[in-house]
Amino acid sequence: MTALRERAIVSLRSAPSLPRHVRIQYDPVRQAFAVLSPEKVFWPNEISLDILRRCDGRSTVERIIADIAADYDSDPEDVAADVIAFLQEWSDKLLVKL
Amino acid sequence: MNAPLLPPIGMLAELTHRCPLQCPYCSNPLELLKANHELDTQTWLDLFSQAADLGVLQVHLSGGEPTLRRDLEQLIAGLSARSVYTNLITAGVGIAEGRIEAFAEAGLDHLQLSFQGARPATTDRIGNHRGSHEKKLETARRARAAGLPLTINAPVHRHNIEEVPEFIDLALSLDAERLEIANVQYAGWALANRDRLMPDLAAVNRQADIVTAARERLAGIMNIDFVTPDYFAVYPKPCMGGWARDAFMVAPDGTVLPCHAAQTIPSLRFERFGDRRLAEIWADSPAFSAFRGTDWMQEPCRSCERREIDWGGCRCQAMAIAGDAAATDPACIKSPIHKRMAMLTDAAQAAPEGNESFIFRRIGATTPRDARTDHGPR
Repeated sequence: MTALRERAIVSLRSAPSLPRHVRIQYDPVRQAFAVLSPEKVFWPNEISLDILRRCDGRSTVERIIADIAADYDSDPEDVAADVIAFLQEWSDKLLVKL
Repeated sequence: MNAPLLPPIGMLAELTHRCPLQCPYCSNPLELLKANHELDTQTWLDLFSQAADLGVLQVHLSGGEPTLRRDLEQLIAGLSARSVYTNLITAGVGIAEGRIEAFAEAGLDHLQLSFQGARPATTDRIGNHRGSHEKKLETARRARAAGLPLTINAPVHRHNIEEVPEFIDLALSLDAERLEIANVQYAGWALANRDRLMPDLAAVNRQADIVTAARERLAGIMNIDFVTPDYFAVYPKPCMGGWARDAFMVAPDGTVLPCHAAQTIPSLRFERFGDRRLAEIWADSPAFSAFRGTDWMQEPCRSCERREIDWGGCRCQAMAIAGDAAATDPACIKSPIHKRMAMLTDAAQAAPEGNESFIFRRIGATTPRDARTDHGPR
């Protein structure tokens, strides 16, 4: 058993990005943003989309949390757990790179 | 009333039936089309453009072996220009120098590579092609070197089910981020070879445990998709995500089909792209309307709480085993002939071993009449 990669764990200093095989795209037919991946198409809700769009490989998780909190007019501490859980879930599915 | 008409999301384009391999479970129809029946470049490009207009977001470029089309780069570029996600499904044998890089350059998003075995001898034997395993390894390396994300696809049956742990190691060693452990679906060539391919229950259960454990262990490292074996199932799969619901396929000659095996249902009438526009075929072609939604269902599907979960399962399997395409998929425990699935798997265990007895996939190897011998009522 040779695991060449390891499971990535979200930290506040991670700078998440979308891997090459995943992209966000506006679909004019359904008038919604789709996330395209090898076999699946996802239709993220507004807040998921706001997180994913900030996964640019430069913004840290800490920064993303602050931005989301500002956008939704809430306390960063209140959104932190949700953002981290979301990113961990998407990383575990290899849809987000940490 | 029938279900509302949704735009399709996915399209499987079988660009050609030509293939260097002869896998005895090929999902192509028994009557393979020769090269002179294939659509030309411009017709495929028109079709892709109409598909994008209609709402298709992903196109799977398949075959046969799609890289045998010399215009594949052009087709990928055409899809890419329309922002359609492209997935190349290849056997990875005999791809000329520089082409994988050219596919990547043209905008290919993802490459799926099949392995008939995790061991060279198995791959070479099942595909009936000596040296194919080595060539596939090389294709995987070239794809990763070109920056392409990689899925390894492992079609599983009696002759390689014990290699599942090795398939997992192989996919990891090739730096794939996705592995499909796909139990063979018994339609087309696989139905013709069912008795020679069907695994036994003990092997199926071992496999399920191995995959479950590996999925947990490899979370965040490699995704494993598990296509479970229908003949050992309790409930059927939502075949194609529901008939004519969000996906379709196109045969090399432009015939637009609701699924791979739809042509095994004799009552259906199919239409070809070119004779009509894709949007019209999707909306009201008789073959697409036949089993769309739930109105066509009989009992026990009609009143079943799962009717919009699995959409009645596979119509072609219902045809093949129950002799009625509108019957409940016999994979379902609620099917009155569900027990026949177990009888068929038992019967298969008595069949002879070895590839001497395979009907290998090739033009003229069999006729539909030979291969559709089944134990169900006609």
